[in-house]
Amino acid sequence: MKIRSLMMAVAVAATGLTSALVTTSAQAQAKEQFFPVLPYRTGAYAPNGVPWGNAYVDYLKLINARDGGINGVKITYEECDTAYATDRGVECYERLKGKSQGGVFQPLSTGITFALTEKAPTDKNPLITGGYGRSESSDGQVFKWNFPLQGTYWSGADIIMQIITKKEGGNIKGKKIALVYHDSPFGKEPIPLLQERAKIQGFDLQLLPVTAPGVEQKATWLQVRQARPDYVLLWGWGVMNSAALKEAVATGYPREKMYGVWWSAAEPDVKDVGEAAKGYNGLVATGEGGKVVADIKSVVHGKKQGTGPIEEVGTTLYNRGMVSAALAVEGVRRAQERYGKGKVMTGEQIRWGLENLALDQKALDKLGLGTVMKPISTSCLDHEGSRSARLHTWDGKKWVYSSDWIEADDSIIKPLVKQFADKYAAEKKLTRRTPADCQS
Amino acid sequence: MAVGAYAAYNFFVRVEGLPLIVCLLMGGFFATLVGMFFGIPSLRVKGLYLAVATLAAQFFCDWAFLRIKWFTNDSASGTASVSDLQVFGFPINTPFEKYIFCLSFLVVFGLLAKNLVRSAIGREWMAIRDMDVAAAVIGIRPMYAKLSAFAVSSFIVGVAGALWAFVYLGSWEPAAFSVDRSFQLLFMVILGGMGSIMGSFFGAGFIVILPVIINHALPWLGDLVGIPVSTAALTHAEQMIFGALIVWFLIVEPHGLAKLWSVGKQKLRLWPFPH
Repeated sequence: MKIRSLMMAVAVAATGLTSALVTTSAQAQAKEQFFPVLPYRTGAYAPNGVPWGNAYVDYLKLINARDGGINGVKITYEECDTAYATDRGVECYERLKGKSQGGVFQPLSTGITFALTEKAPTDKNPLITGGYGRSESSDGQVFKWNFPLQGTYWSGADIIMQIITKKEGGNIKGKKIALVYHDSPFGKEPIPLLQERAKIQGFDLQLLPVTAPGVEQKATWLQVRQARPDYVLLWGWGVMNSAALKEAVATGYPREKMYGVWWSAAEPDVKDVGEAAKGYNGLVATGEGGKVVADIKSVVHGKKQGTGPIEEVGTTLYNRGMVSAALAVEGVRRAQERYGKGKVMTGEQIRWGLENLALDQKALDKLGLGTVMKPISTSCLDHEGSRSARLHTWDGKKWVYSSDWIEADDSIIKPLVKQFADKYAAEKKLTRRTPADCQS
Repeated sequence: MAVGAYAAYNFFVRVEGLPLIVCLLMGGFFATLVGMFFGIPSLRVKGLYLAVATLAAQFFCDWAFLRIKWFTNDSASGTASVSDLQVFGFPINTPFEKYIFCLSFLVVFGLLAKNLVRSAIGREWMAIRDMDVAAAVIGIRPMYAKLSAFAVSSFIVGVAGALWAFVYLGSWEPAAFSVDRSFQLLFMVILGGMGSIMGSFFGAGFIVILPVIINHALPWLGDLVGIPVSTAALTHAEQMIFGALIVWFLIVEPHGLAKLWSVGKQKLRLWPFPH
């Protein structure tokens, strides 16, 4: 009995000691900046989510390997697969948010963004939704913690309409424009802007929803064949894009008249369709890879640390993921400029950094990002920073840039943003941030 | 679940100052109405055919909440979102508060369900389940019993759906209540043991906690053996192990975890002197 109780006491003491040791080692690791990564590597949207996720992680590894971290603070990260499902996204968020004093979340899903928009302010974690998310969240006075950096869906839709208008010689009155969209918050996002533009420019907007995940589109394209619109805007994601292009081929709709948003015009969408998709146009918000892609290939993939195959590096979605990670890193770096270089930043501090980004062409060139993204400067009122994109066309084998950088027309978007942001603020009983709060 | 969630959402958003608990219960009430409507085929068909007929409810609701904008308060994106939940001035933000809130609902509903099963109406349900013709012969009204079964279960599920949407998700679109969710509910009941209240607890626990355990245990196991487990592999492993376990359970114990539990209890009463 005595030996037994002695052994019990020793066991308890041992567990107590090891837990104390574990906690001290965790404290010692506190000088690391934690980046949660929320990609989706499974599910119907995985082919498009995987390159984005790989790029995100590759860029974080690059910063550690090439630069030694952000001003000496090493980056740690952890992935959590969301499968593009809102409940899994919320679960991943709840699991990863407690791992540090705050981190930047980028869910790559408009559905998950809507859910996290409600939770992020309470938990003080900024949300970067570059090229997706709520379009009205570019109004930083209402959406303090959301950052739709470098373009929202309204900017994208606006740019496409500008391109179409220019192609038609400036007047599209009476033309028929069809929007084939993914029947989810993501697909419905551009509708308010397109309806506004239809009122101003006098064109006929036809809305054709496709039930998620978008494999079954015969009925939709039958309607397209009957209506014979002048242009079709494709707002799909994942398998819906290639299915749409195959249906377009089957019904004989000319691909040159199809314009996809930046999430519908990447390599996974056209690879299966190949030559038949020739002429399909899409928006792209990133430029050529340039120095940073070369760095990733040599520093990260060269040392066999690459996430994913090296052939993926430099493709459209890969560049997107890279730029997303770069914006998060630059947000932390900017926060360090105010709150202490070489220190670990909290969520609130990173939020300030993201709200005061000022990356001009010189700064981007220094980081190696000069060719892949446009200069961006955010403010309290403008959480979008920059709103330009280019057109690229599929030539059967690869995407070829077919236009210059085009800026979205703020005169139409801004009042719409204000209207929707006010509606959100009224619904949630929020007040607009005061100028004093903006300065803090 | 979807009907409960959207009905509660509409009450929450459209009626100023309605307490949260009332919203959730109204969500359950409307779920009851819809459940009873889709339970009408049960008066004529049974078994597999009834299952398929009630599956129509799934697709109808999917369509309704996607297409009819009134349900989502005419939002452009089709999502419903709630925030700032509070009960009697206590906010419901931290996991602990959420747990206590849901636990109180669970306790009340659990007690209600147990009492219903032990009462006259519960015995009517058991009689209809075992031999509906004999039950009708001895004077149990089949319409009353069947529709009340649909009503009570729809009410509970409606409140559950509203709770899940409000407390856990915060913001949801119709895809959150897809066929996969319905299958999850079905498996919870099948695995736990049909006709047993304890079984539904076991089933729910199994279905919800097992993926989380796999998510945490597999990388740890992988580390022990030296094999790195990627996040994609985790999700795939989750589904594979899950599916295999469901099949295994149905073969080994068709009456579910509740039966295993009662068998275990009985054996432990006799242990270590089996006879």
